[in-house]
Amino acid sequence: MLSPFVVAILAAWLVSRFPHRAGILAAWPALLAVLLGNEMWRAVSLGGRLVELPWAPSLGLSLSFNLDGLGLLFAILITGIGALIVLYASRYLEGHPQAGRFYASLFAFMGAMLGVVLSDNVLTLFVFWELTGFTSFLLIGFEHERAAARAAAIQALIVTGAGGLALLGAGVLLIDVSGTASLSAMVAAKGSIVTGPFYGAIVGLILLAAFTKSAQVPFHFWLPNAMEAPTPVSAYLHSATMVKAGVYLIARMTPLMGSTPEWTTAVTVAGAATMVVGAYRSVQETDLKRILAYSTLSALGVMTMLLGVGTREAIIAALVYLVAHAGYKGALFLVAGAIDHEAGTRDISALAGLRRAMPITALAGGAAALSMAGVPLTFGFVGKDGAYEALLHGTDWFPWLLALMVLASILLGLAGLIAGVLPFRGDVARAKEVHEPAWALWIPPLVLAMCGLLAGLVPSILNGPLSSAATATAGVSVDVSLSLWHGLTLTFLLSLLTLAAVAFASMVHESVRTRTWKPRYGTEDLYEGALSGLNALSGAIAPALHSAPLRTYVMVIVAMSAVLGGAALVAEGSLGSALPHTNITPHDVLIVFVIIGGAIAATFARSTMSAVLSLGTVGYGVAMIFLSFGAPDLAMTQFSVETLTVLIYVLVFRHFRGLGPLSPGLVRVRDGLVALGSGLVIGGLLLSVATTETAPRLKEYFAEFGPTLGHGRNIVNVILVDFRAFDTLGEITVLATAALGVRGLLRFATDGRRGHESVRPVASPIFRTAARLLMPLILVFAVFLLLRGHNQPGGGFVGGLVAAAAFALYAIAFGVQRARQALLVRPLTLLGAGLSIALLSGVPAVLRGQPFLTALWAPGSLPLGTPAAFDVGVFLVVAGVVLMMIFSLAEES
Amino acid sequence: MEGLLALASGVLYAAGTYLMLRRRLAQLIVGLGLLSNGTNLLIFTAGGLTRARPPVVAAGAAALEPPYADPVPQALVLTAIVIGFGLTAFSLVLAHRVHATAGTDDVDDVGRER
Repeated sequence: MLSPFVVAILAAWLVSRFPHRAGILAAWPALLAVLLGNEMWRAVSLGGRLVELPWAPSLGLSLSFNLDGLGLLFAILITGIGALIVLYASRYLEGHPQAGRFYASLFAFMGAMLGVVLSDNVLTLFVFWELTGFTSFLLIGFEHERAAARAAAIQALIVTGAGGLALLGAGVLLIDVSGTASLSAMVAAKGSIVTGPFYGAIVGLILLAAFTKSAQVPFHFWLPNAMEAPTPVSAYLHSATMVKAGVYLIARMTPLMGSTPEWTTAVTVAGAATMVVGAYRSVQETDLKRILAYSTLSALGVMTMLLGVGTREAIIAALVYLVAHAGYKGALFLVAGAIDHEAGTRDISALAGLRRAMPITALAGGAAALSMAGVPLTFGFVGKDGAYEALLHGTDWFPWLLALMVLASILLGLAGLIAGVLPFRGDVARAKEVHEPAWALWIPPLVLAMCGLLAGLVPSILNGPLSSAATATAGVSVDVSLSLWHGLTLTFLLSLLTLAAVAFASMVHESVRTRTWKPRYGTEDLYEGALSGLNALSGAIAPALHSAPLRTYVMVIVAMSAVLGGAALVAEGSLGSALPHTNITPHDVLIVFVIIGGAIAATFARSTMSAVLSLGTVGYGVAMIFLSFGAPDLAMTQFSVETLTVLIYVLVFRHFRGLGPLSPGLVRVRDGLVALGSGLVIGGLLLSVATTETAPRLKEYFAEFGPTLGHGRNIVNVILVDFRAFDTLGEITVLATAALGVRGLLRFATDGRRGHESVRPVASPIFRTAARLLMPLILVFAVFLLLRGHNQPGGGFVGGLVAAAAFALYAIAFGVQRARQALLVRPLTLLGAGLSIALLSGVPAVLRGQPFLTALWAPGSLPLGTPAAFDVGVFLVVAGVVLMMIFSLAEES
Repeated sequence: MEGLLALASGVLYAAGTYLMLRRRLAQLIVGLGLLSNGTNLLIFTAGGLTRARPPVVAAGAAALEPPYADPVPQALVLTAIVIGFGLTAFSLVLAHRVHATAGTDDVDDVGRER
């Protein structure tokens, strides 16, 4: 059932491999058609059967398929005609460079369409429904170099896609009301749905979906425009299959909603309107495909109207009409394509006398046109006859419908003759040599046309499948018995009248085409107007929302967060309810004032250097806080980082001028207020959180298992290199990326040349001597920090920072070149080696079947284990990162 | 003490935010630095203050003896400090490149036709 999707993937490859053998692909849908036909005969005797595969059970989504008569009838049309279309396309698009894309889309469409007609789950139905819209978008826009094709594809996508969303809405409401997502189960719950509160909305949404898909008035405009598609696509999607998905949906919902007045009125009126509008417009066109497109609209209208009428006879007539139409309209489209392919035009005023050049195509076109006109002994006659009969035996407004239908049938018959006969009649007036196309271009239309004749001669062969389809549609058992001859009834007389009118009209078709009133405006203009209105609206709104500089967004976001957060804090009312419980010592107060003073100084600094120094003061102050409250690891790291940061700041900020204010005073006051607000909220938040008692479960867990499982007494380090080593791995990767970014940015500026040293070394002999002596000591201290880190404050992070500081000191004293020499390897090598070691330290655990980075320890008293190796990796990465940044910056010209 | 640190954190945020709203590249980055310090202080304080022992098991002891400082926020802040360093360095160099290329440290002038 879903195999076309597989074929779609294969097709792209196969067709590019064997460009002249694409026709073989037709074998698959043909086989599917046979299998489905077999299933159909079973369904005739057994009724439908459900096949269910779970998909996302938690969402109530399952791939459940209902192989009943209605679905199978459509499925056979889809695969059977699909096989012919693929065969046809193999010649039509032979040698097209993107034929693979075409077949992939076509088969995906076929699969989606099968999904639509066989799904039993309303959500699955929606998914496939939208998939048909999407694949048809690809197919209509296949020749995407042309603006018209793109516009038509987008229009079809928007119109039918909107309908698809309506279907989703209807599906959700249906599930809500009935408690089931299964379409067949919903029929059983009919009562609760029809009397439910959302019934009107459900009907509206379902019909919106069906009418957009089947191009019913007022959504009909997209279908003629969709003729931009390659002809095989038009024949397949826009006559035989996709546009009938709407008809299918109406038929599928008929057992559920068919008897309610809202439904019947809406469906009948829309169908009748489409029938008349389509037929009327079809005879005014000169392009073969547009003629056929409008006549397709009309035929869809007939089916919709008959389903709306909803009597047993009407349902049977609708199904017969559907089958007949699929046959003759498919054939006519393919004939039009063959003419276009051979004669190079589809304009009927430029086509004549092709019967000699293309006799077989002419035969197919003629036979199909006869069926379309409803000449006796064709299946089209059976369909039209049945429709007349159904409308004749009714009350109320049925006579009006009948009159409209006769009118439409006359015009449709004329359209059929124009499309299927006119190009072949008359004298040969063309200079260009035209000849019969290759067999692949005439076999498919001929088969379709001949099927119409055969079924017209012996209509009873379709009794079985149609009975089971009609039964599924009507919801009660229906027995179809089609016959060739009903006797000399009123219906037959009406048919003859229609034919006579068609014959007369065909004699004056030129004046019918040119002298009839053509509407200047249609619903398409409404659509275009709405679309351009939306564009204009967003064009007006977007600049107002998106034109400001980035900091304005920051300001708005901060201000909003401050207002919302402040409101929440006030509403919570917990501020001050629990009093701070840590005592205050005088030196804490001093530190806090240093921090605050540094922040204020940094804010109002007029030179970059004073800003940097103030910032450094803040950093050291924060480090002091860490030290005061039991976090020596943090304090050490912060001290090292702050020192190196100031160094980098100085290296960069020497290029910047002063920091005098740029914004007007009022702006600064406003920003200041926003900033104060954010500070107030953050302070309040912190006060509220810090004074709330929390259960310290994590704290106790790590404290208990750190020494035992982690083999380390410094719990912070154990967390970093063992319990949360994967996080740390991510973090050192980020660091490495930042360093590479810095290096890249600076190299980019110098075209990859290593610049000369732009910072002169300090020439003081005292400093140099001190640096020479201190550097090895600091390095030893760094390694010491690394080694003891697992048990005492220290570790890879701070060790790496200190090691980097040692080389930075050396660089300040002797210049970067000498520092690089002292380092022996490049910073990049350090970085790469560190990352590799950290990564590899996780591998042994994987080899032993444990999760990546699980700690493994060697037996014995020595602390040898993978976390130690990991920490070495961290050490190297951090040192490499810092040195890479500092060296690159100092060497930058 | 929590009140004092809430004050410090709030001032860091206010100053950082104010600087982030300025037009000079250099001030943006100083603001970023203040914000990241403020955030570290925020996380550290929110995790609970203990003027007690660091979360390091004494040599010879089997486990930590309460009271001890919470190691979890410490581990978080430690990596945040180092990542903040990387972030600051990268933004600095980026700002520097923008400044060198555009010839101005006013973000409103960057990319403007001159």
